Amino acid sequence: MSPAPASRSPIVRLQARTVCLPERNIDTDRIIPARFLTTTVREGLGRHAFNDWRWRGDGTPDPDFPLNAPEAVGAQILVAGRNFGCGSSREHAPWALLDFGLRAVISAEIADIFRSNALKNGLLPIVLDAEVVDELLARPGLTLDIDVAASTVTLPDGRRFGFPIDGFARTCLLEGVDQLGYLLQQSAQIQTFEKNRFEETRHAR
Amino acid sequence: MSDPTVQSAPRTLFDKLWDSHLVVPESADAPAVLYIDLHLIHEVTSPQAFAELDARGLPVRRPERTKGTLDHSTPTTPPRADGSLDYATPQAEAQVRTLREHCARHGIELFDFGSEHRGIVHVIGPELGLTLPGSTIVCGDSHTATHGAFGALAFGIGTSEVGHVLATQCLLQRRPKTLAIEVDGALPPGVGAKDLILHIIGRIGVDGGTGHVIEYRGSAIRALSMEERMTVCNMSIEAGARAGLIAPDETTFAWLANTPRAPKGAAWDAAVAQWRTLRSDADAAFDRVVRIDASQIAPTVTWGTHPGQVVAVDVAVPVANDPDTARALDYMGFRGGEPLLGQPVDVVFVGSCTNGRLGDMRAVATVLQGRRVHPRVRMLVVPGSGQVKREAEAEGIDAIVRAAGAEWREPGCSMCIAMNGDLVAPGQLAVSTSNRNFEGRQGRDARTVLSSPATAAACAVAGRVVDPRDTASWSSAQTSQTATQECAA
Repeated sequence: MSPAPASRSPIVRLQARTVCLPERNIDTDRIIPARFLTTTVREGLGRHAFNDWRWRGDGTPDPDFPLNAPEAVGAQILVAGRNFGCGSSREHAPWALLDFGLRAVISAEIADIFRSNALKNGLLPIVLDAEVVDELLARPGLTLDIDVAASTVTLPDGRRFGFPIDGFARTCLLEGVDQLGYLLQQSAQIQTFEKNRFEETRHAR
Repeated sequence: MSDPTVQSAPRTLFDKLWDSHLVVPESADAPAVLYIDLHLIHEVTSPQAFAELDARGLPVRRPERTKGTLDHSTPTTPPRADGSLDYATPQAEAQVRTLREHCARHGIELFDFGSEHRGIVHVIGPELGLTLPGSTIVCGDSHTATHGAFGALAFGIGTSEVGHVLATQCLLQRRPKTLAIEVDGALPPGVGAKDLILHIIGRIGVDGGTGHVIEYRGSAIRALSMEERMTVCNMSIEAGARAGLIAPDETTFAWLANTPRAPKGAAWDAAVAQWRTLRSDADAAFDRVVRIDASQIAPTVTWGTHPGQVVAVDVAVPVANDPDTARALDYMGFRGGEPLLGQPVDVVFVGSCTNGRLGDMRAVATVLQGRRVHPRVRMLVVPGSGQVKREAEAEGIDAIVRAAGAEWREPGCSMCIAMNGDLVAPGQLAVSTSNRNFEGRQGRDARTVLSSPATAAACAVAGRVVDPRDTASWSSAQTSQTATQECAA
């Protein structure tokens, strides 16, 4: 790919502890309920990440929610049941998780739009085999070593598992590439496309 | 020289849409640059994108290909005497004001309050004729797949991508896989498009379409009206698919011919000629094929907390034999193996981009005509757009709805996403024609059963979950109840 202006901090490696939500199909309404979407900025949504799960009706933290546990403080890797992030296209979901302090989500399956939104914000969406995810879910608090360049997750016992990641997305993470900057560099081709398409379809429109 | 074997390779409808919008084809190193013909924006997912453009000093590349509406945060109650609106929060009002300012500054047409065209983004695009076969359409909203009913490649995007399209009219995309859902046979009487799509999601699973674009095909799909096709395509995302498509045909052309912004005259004829080529070639290969027999489908509803947890309305909910089923049953307050029929209903919501169109309003009016909503039920009927509202009122549907004791509201997303103050209270059971039954979707601790408009209206009359086909089970009790109420009044 052509070089593009870097506007984000590169993300090369993440060594952090896990916190686990074993439920499947954790949807974007669970991650950030819609009533908190009446904002016009990206910041400040961490307070409401998993709001109705995390806070009881009276505003006190629910001690049974794993992310409220004392040992979850500082955990930056969320391990979750399959099909994480299903539902809406709200980018507020990765914004909320990042603002809360998470830097990666590991699941056996991650919904398409959530994955796309996460990558654009530097939240690592990592898909591992179900058996590995089940093992991680059974042992919260493990310190994992995520190597973006090698696309691997290493467990404390040294076992290493690869994860799939689009080459372009990986380069964007490693070099802090700004995708809008990259697209703006294509403007000559966009102009040519528009000229051809609109001349070709002028009679049809 | 071009390779004739490649040129003549059979292509799916998706392939044709994708190929014709490639600015730069994808490679191992980079995704494709895909051109976007129409960008729809609303107040919730656009402000941060405009802020990004402003921060970089970038203009909107094609303001004429961008259309704005107000739908998610907006009140569905009428304006107050002084013309002001009853926003749920000052933030909601600020969000609306922000979109208004951005549209004015960038020369983008906004269907604002006062515009006869304002409404839910996925209702107004088609009814204005902005949604055209063969086009690419995106919106910061996952139900953008609705527009695929016209043979457009339409999908939801995040706010960063909204910024990309505003600035470049393009998106970076990897080619998705294709999934053909072939629906043959005839839907039985009393079974409609909503039942069909809920059945499909139940069959392939809430993640059954992940990574795919679905093409809905077969005789049962061809037999659907445009409104019904929109209901089907709308919920493609509920199976995880980015988009859902239906090849355009005479039904599509007849519907679009009556829309204000579709091409006219010679341009129309040329467009239709081109649109007729938008179908999958006979030998085109899909990555996956699923076959559905429409004749076996019953009125279908959800029992759990995602749209893949469905049953025929007269079938018992499943037994909790895994943690996810157990959790969903627990949230819904249902015992595994018990029937849904008879469950007391507190709220009925008719509306949304799934079922907020004129045909949906008519289906509800047919049930409510001469009947009353059960006293325990609060029923909201929310037309999807100003046009739907006007047309329904011209047919007297508003009067039928009000006479039945239901609320007839102003257009908007309303209780589907429940961010405008239209909420289901904690613990209440709502039967809703919308698209998501996630935990808390319609309000904290609210319990949602998704259904068709006909099922929802029958449940409203009965005050409990009923089978809409079994008219005797819910309408005879009503007659005496109505009589009692009329005496009391």
